[in-house]
Amino acid sequence: MLTADDKKLIQQVCEKSSGHMEEFGAEALERMFITFPQTKTYFPHFDLQHGSDQIRGHGKKVATALANAAKNLDNLSQALSELSNLHAYNLRVDPPCFALQLLSQCFQVVLAVHLGKDYTPEVHSAFDKFLSAVASVLAEKYR
Amino acid sequence: MVHWSAEEKQLIASLWGKVNVEECGAEALGRLLIVYPWTQRFFANFGNLSSPTAIIGNPKVRAHGKKVLTSFGEAVKNLENLKATYSKLSELHCEKLHVDPENFRLLGDILIIVLAAHFTKDFTPACQATWQKLVGVVAHALAYKYH
Repeated sequence: MLTADDKKLIQQVCEKSSGHMEEFGAEALERMFITFPQTKTYFPHFDLQHGSDQIRGHGKKVATALANAAKNLDNLSQALSELSNLHAYNLRVDPPCFALQLLSQCFQVVLAVHLGKDYTPEVHSAFDKFLSAVASVLAEKYR
Repeated sequence: MVHWSAEEKQLIASLWGKVNVEECGAEALGRLLIVYPWTQRFFANFGNLSSPTAIIGNPKVRAHGKKVLTSFGEAVKNLENLKATYSKLSELHCEKLHVDPENFRLLGDILIIVLAAHFTKDFTPACQATWQKLVGVVAHALAYKYH
């Protein structure tokens, strides 16, 4: 459950990152593909080389969606409703939450790399909870 | 038997050489207890764990974090033989400590984030991939003797 402090910290991180959406999203995806190669199975149609336009474009999409979620922390279900449908019925990332957990880990690594010690234990905890909540909502309609 | 490429061994050794085991260990264990508060169930006698500040400053947490990461150093020295290296610890965690092996995976992920925050851009994707593999096999070795 996100506390008021958690929400503040999440929004602060998103504001700090707002100029780097495309970059962070792309880096998170790239790290995920390298570290957890099984995740590449969802992107057979992508050029997955370092710096590819498709990774940059998709990274920006993912990061923008997260930033939007961060602005709607009191109403994640509604804010992510379209994406929830997409992940459940079209994309069917399987098993639910597990693969999304891998992306969550990589996203946090990107933030830690760029924020260094500003990725404090409190920020880490808040963001982990946030990404967990997002993954839960995205997996809501799986069955 | 896990296979390690020459590049992976290099990435592990060179990063490990720069790790302050006491600091990183304390940080990793502290963050485990903060980010996944249910893990505090294993540390009921550690005293004040009531807030992130209390946890990070708790001397028992720091000492135990150092112990855990020092043990991790054994993995780095014995990459070809992890199951044997962790055989006794695996039995201990199962029979005496009663720790669900899922917690080893959680601690591994936390360690990765601590390393990332510490080494920032030197913690390249290749570095992360290698270390993520290492924490995974250590977790597996620690769970191996469970029954």
